[in-house]
Amino acid sequence: MNKENLKAVSVLFTIILLTPLITSLLDVNFYLTQLTMSIYYAIVSIGLCMLMGYAGQISMGQAAFFSIGGYTTAVLTTINLIEYKGSFLINLLMKLRVLVLDKNVYDNDVLFFSPWVTFFFAIVFALIISFVIGIPVLKLKGHYLAMATMGFGIIIYKIVKGTKILGQADGISAVPLFKILPFLSIDGDISNRIENFYFAGFILLLGLIILINLINSRVGRALRSLHGSEEASNSMGINTSKYKLYVFMLGAVFASIGGFFLTHYNGGIGPSEAGVMKSVRYVAIVAVGGMANIWGTLIFGILLNFLSLRGVFGSLDDAVFGAILILVMIFAPDGLIKKRFLDALIVKCKIIIKKIQLKLNKEGN
Amino acid sequence: MNLNIILQYVFSGITVGSIYAVIAIGFNIIYNTTGIINFAQGEFVMLGGMIAFSFCKVMPLYLAIILAVIITGIIGSLLELIFIRHLKKPSVLQMIVITIGLSIILREIALHVWDEQVRALPFFTGNETSSVNILGANISPQVLWVIGITSLIVIGLTLFFKYTIIGQAMRACSENRNAAGLCGINTKAMVNISFILSAGIGALAGCVVSPLTQTTYDMGTDLAIKGFTVAILGGLGNSSAAVAAGIILGLIEAFSVSIFPSAFQDVITIGILLTILFIRPQGIFRSKQFAALKEF
Repeated sequence: MNKENLKAVSVLFTIILLTPLITSLLDVNFYLTQLTMSIYYAIVSIGLCMLMGYAGQISMGQAAFFSIGGYTTAVLTTINLIEYKGSFLINLLMKLRVLVLDKNVYDNDVLFFSPWVTFFFAIVFALIISFVIGIPVLKLKGHYLAMATMGFGIIIYKIVKGTKILGQADGISAVPLFKILPFLSIDGDISNRIENFYFAGFILLLGLIILINLINSRVGRALRSLHGSEEASNSMGINTSKYKLYVFMLGAVFASIGGFFLTHYNGGIGPSEAGVMKSVRYVAIVAVGGMANIWGTLIFGILLNFLSLRGVFGSLDDAVFGAILILVMIFAPDGLIKKRFLDALIVKCKIIIKKIQLKLNKEGN
Repeated sequence: MNLNIILQYVFSGITVGSIYAVIAIGFNIIYNTTGIINFAQGEFVMLGGMIAFSFCKVMPLYLAIILAVIITGIIGSLLELIFIRHLKKPSVLQMIVITIGLSIILREIALHVWDEQVRALPFFTGNETSSVNILGANISPQVLWVIGITSLIVIGLTLFFKYTIIGQAMRACSENRNAAGLCGINTKAMVNISFILSAGIGALAGCVVSPLTQTTYDMGTDLAIKGFTVAILGGLGNSSAAVAAGIILGLIEAFSVSIFPSAFQDVITIGILLTILFIRPQGIFRSKQFAALKEF
């Protein structure tokens, strides 16, 4: 990691560290809940940023991977295996701590998979599915790629909505909390708000550091050359299809992890998380962040999701994201946080200030 | 399954399929002149149904439909003028994102102008219960309207592209835009006309199918992806093949209901889309040589 990135990461670290302090000073501690959720959504976006910005491949099905992570854990932790208790296999799994015994709200015994195990499953499922889908899909380009990934997203959405074990239109609720450390558990309880925010921040930093290192490595350079021209990088001996697949799988895992933690944090997941509109949102965030700009994606990912979760946009929620897509693509296809754009803005401001000064001087004379 | 039921399925398949075919033709018209896949194509269908529904309370049905087609055509033209015309060398990614954005905006506008309610135009002849007996199958007269009007659209477009000067100019644009421009064809106007045409026929399709399938503000995405499936199945840009492909897809969907639960009907369609994209992206009616010349 170079100096500039190290500086940026440490700034982010400080911001995360100070945020609970600021919110408690302003007496808006409830913001932390939405901030935590926005961080988990932002993790999905930065994963997609690698695929869209650096490798130049669009994915309109990122919400599908998000829901794969979420639903994997939701199903496995709400399943009740108590009636099979006593059989050899179940006992073995209990001894290995794969299954945990607990009491539900009705004080009945429930036996379900430990969230540690489902975390592992969430990642593995995302890897397997993105591998299987990625091989044929990534052979396509442009419109075909967009439609194919969107088609995949819709399939997952329809399956989620139509399958009984996945809760159909109701989704799955009452997902148990995920106890990571004795003093840290992922759930929506108000008393754990600050710990949860810090944990989300920690996961985000971890993900960012991984991605930044990846961008500045051999793989990252290969990906950027792939974005520039696939033929040229192919002829330079870069195995483009391999790298495309890797980055697709990486994005899927990031999305799945985001889905996993958000499901435990919210205590449930619904089919709308898999919808096409959600995928479009992730794309919009990457676009407004400036495609190949992980920091821009991160800033807008947290900002836009936070505003949306706070209900600032009201019933225009989807329309705002649609408008963002169009406006950004027409007026600033490089995103809003590009150095060039900022420089131009500063120059323009200076010119305007000078004009005003001149006018004032004239009037003074 | 006896013969009557099979015939019933066949008719419902052809009805749905011909609507998909019209949407696919809408995709093709814009694709041919601009190379853009317009993701907002499904929204034109929705707008057609919605606008006609609003007008048909105050005027006769046929006038309402004509007005709906004209207004949707104007909307299509405006979209091109405002959002697409002045882009300089847009990348494919940019175009995808913009048209997806447009489809969301149109949908949200429809949600706020009308609302979430399901609407339907009245049946063109008869009502919900009237039926026509054809070879033992009882079908609604609206089915005949759908099939009739979509065939008229297809025939009309074929004649338009073959014999009118504008149609020929549009075909020239799709062959080679620069060369067409050199020959004195106003390529920008042709692009605009292609948006008007594809919005207009989308709206007309939305009107004729509205009594059967109802119109809701969010029907666009599903229709767009099915229309795209048909366009791909027939080979992108190939309108006469789209008709055949549309009917094939409609029949598959109609018969799949008897085997799979209807909740998974769309899964089958999109599964077909993905399979075709993976193994024959040039479409089922085109040769391997064609595929070799084109990038997918």
